[in-house]
Amino acid sequence: MKRDDMNADHQHHEHPAISYGKFVGVWLALLMLTALTVAASGLQLHVVGVVTAACVATLKTLLVLYIFMHLMYEERIFKIALAVGVATLAVFIALTFADFPFR
Amino acid sequence: MTAAVIAAAPREPSYLAYRGRYSGILGWIFSLDHKRIGVMYLIAQAVFFLVGASLGVTMRLQLMRPDNHLVQPQVYNALFTLHGVIMIFLFVIPSLSASFGNFFLPILIGAKDVSFPKLNLMSWYLFMIGAVVALMSLFTGNGPPDTGWTFYVPYSIRTSTNVVMGLTGVFIIGFSSILTGLNFITTVHRLRAPGMSWFRMPLFVWALYATAWIQVLATPILGITLALVVVERLAGVGIFDPAKGGDPILYQHLFWIYSHPAVYIMILPAMGAITEIIPTFSHRTIFGYKAIAMSSMAIALLGSLVWGHHMFVSGQSDVADITFSLLTFLVAIPSAVKVFNWTATLYKGSIVLEAPMLYALSFIFLFSIGGLTGLMQGALAVDVHLHDTAFIVGHFHYVMFGGTGFGFFAALHYWFPKMFGRSYSDKVARLAWGILFVGFNTLYFPFLILGWLGMPRRYYTYSFPQFASLEMLSTVGSWILVTGILLMVGNFLHAALKGARAEDNPWGGVTLDWKIPSPPPLENFEQIPVITQGPYDGFEGQAPR
Repeated sequence: MKRDDMNADHQHHEHPAISYGKFVGVWLALLMLTALTVAASGLQLHVVGVVTAACVATLKTLLVLYIFMHLMYEERIFKIALAVGVATLAVFIALTFADFPFR
Repeated sequence: MTAAVIAAAPREPSYLAYRGRYSGILGWIFSLDHKRIGVMYLIAQAVFFLVGASLGVTMRLQLMRPDNHLVQPQVYNALFTLHGVIMIFLFVIPSLSASFGNFFLPILIGAKDVSFPKLNLMSWYLFMIGAVVALMSLFTGNGPPDTGWTFYVPYSIRTSTNVVMGLTGVFIIGFSSILTGLNFITTVHRLRAPGMSWFRMPLFVWALYATAWIQVLATPILGITLALVVVERLAGVGIFDPAKGGDPILYQHLFWIYSHPAVYIMILPAMGAITEIIPTFSHRTIFGYKAIAMSSMAIALLGSLVWGHHMFVSGQSDVADITFSLLTFLVAIPSAVKVFNWTATLYKGSIVLEAPMLYALSFIFLFSIGGLTGLMQGALAVDVHLHDTAFIVGHFHYVMFGGTGFGFFAALHYWFPKMFGRSYSDKVARLAWGILFVGFNTLYFPFLILGWLGMPRRYYTYSFPQFASLEMLSTVGSWILVTGILLMVGNFLHAALKGARAEDNPWGGVTLDWKIPSPPPLENFEQIPVITQGPYDGFEGQAPR
C-alpha cells in the first residue's frame, strides 16, 4: 500500500448523526428481546429454546454493533473483520458439537 | 530510492544512544520505540526462562533415582505447575513474537514503528503486571498452584492452593497477547513501505501476521474460560464441576480451543526466523516463497481446529475423536511444506555453518522429531497407550524447546549484532550450541522411551528399577543442557558489555534489517524505502535454481 493511500485511510470518516429517538427505539427493542429470551427459557422448549436464545442474542448483538457502535456507517474492511470473528466462533461452536450430541 | 541505497543515508544516533524526554531506566520503561519495547520483552523473557529452567532441573533431580524424596510431593506438584506456567505463558508464547517481532516487524516492512506505539508499551506493562501477579501466587494464600499449567477442573476448582491468583496473572497476560496481535495485524496492513506488496514481505513477517490472527481470535476464549473457573471457585456456580451439575469436559474444550492454537503462536514466529536465517547462510533465495507464506496461514487456520486431540481419552464422543484425529493429520501438511522448502533452499547453496545456522539446522531436526511424535499421538489407538505418559512430555519439549527454544536461540544469534551493535564470540557460540544440542537430546529423548514403556507424566516418584537408568541419563542431560545455556548467556553478556563493534551486515543478509545501521537509529530509516524487488533477491553470485 502506498503512503498516500495510507494517509487517505487515516482520514476521519464522517457519517450522519443518529437521532436520540432511534437510540431509544433500539434500547426498547433490546429490552423486549431480553424479555423474549427470559420468557422462552420458561417454556421448556429444549433444543428450540436454545436456538431461539442464540438467534435473539445474535439479533441483539447486531443491533448494538450496527447502531450503537456505528458499524453500519463504517468501511467494508471493518465488517469483514467482524465476519472473521463471527465465523471463527461459529466454527469453534460447530466443532465442539462434534462431541456433545454424540457422547 | 531503492532498498539497496538505504545504507548510504547519514548516521543518526542509535536507538540505544538516543536521549528523549527521559534518561536511564525511565528512558526505557516510558519509551514508545518498538525496538526498546522489544528489548524489554527480551530481557524479561530471558529472566523467566532461567527461572523456569531452574524449576525444571529441580524436577529432574527429584526423578533422578527411584523412590527419591528430594522434595515433598506437594512441592513437586507446585514445581511442574510453575515450570509450565512460567515457560508457557512468560517465555514461549510471547517469545519471538513479542521480542524479535516487536523489534523487527516494522523494520522488515520499511516502517518507523508499529501502528499503535502506546498500545505496544501498554502490552508490555500488562505482560509484566500479569507476570508479577502469577509469580505472587507462589508467596501468598495457601501456597503455589498445584494443578499443572492446564488448570484442569474439577481439581483446579477444589484445591485450596492459590489458583485464583495464578489464573488472574494468566488472564492479564492474555490481554497483552491480544493487544500485541492487534497491533501487528494493523501494522502489516497499514504501514508497509511503498512497493512492499504482500508477496514482497519477508517470511518472518508472514509468520508474525499469521500468529497475530491466532492471538486475536483465540486468546479471548482462554480469558473467559479462566474467568469462569474463578467465578466457579468464588461463587460456587456449577459450570465445570460435575458435583454442581457442570461439565468438566467442556472446560477441556474451551481450554484447548485456545491452548492448542497457542502452540502455533509459539512455533510460527520461530519458523519465520528460521526462514530468514536459512537463505542468508545458504546464500540462496528461499525455495517456495509463496508456499511458505501460505503454509503459515494454513497452520494458523488448521491449527485452530485440532484441539480435541488433547481429549481422546477424556470421554469426548467417538465422532469428535475421529474428526479431530483427521484434522490433526491435516495440519502436518503445511508444517511439512516448510521443512521441505527449508531443505530445498539448502540444496546447491553456499552453506556457512555459523552459530545462527547451526541453531536453525538443529531446529529443523528437533522440530521434525517433535512433529512426527505428534502425529503418533494423533492416531487414536496409539494415543490411548501414550496419553499422560512421559512420551507426551518428550514430544512437547521437542516441539517447544527443540522448536521454539532453538528457534529463539537461532534468532538471538542472528539478530544480536543488529540489535545491540556488538559481536559475540562465534567460537564460544558454536561450542555452546554443541553442548546444548547434546544436552537437549540426552535430556528429552529418554522421555520418549520412558513414556513408551509406561512411565506416567507428573508423577512425584516411581519404584520401578527399569526406569532408573533412563531417568538418570535424562537428569545428566539436564546438567549438560544447563552448561550450554550458561555458556551461551555468558557469551551474550560478554558481547553486550565488551564485544567488538558489529558491522551493519555481518552475515550478508538481503532483507531490510541488514540495510540499516547496527544498532538501528530511532526511526529506523532516514527515508521510508521504496521496495522494488522480492525480499530474498540480491544474494551475490546466486546460482540459478
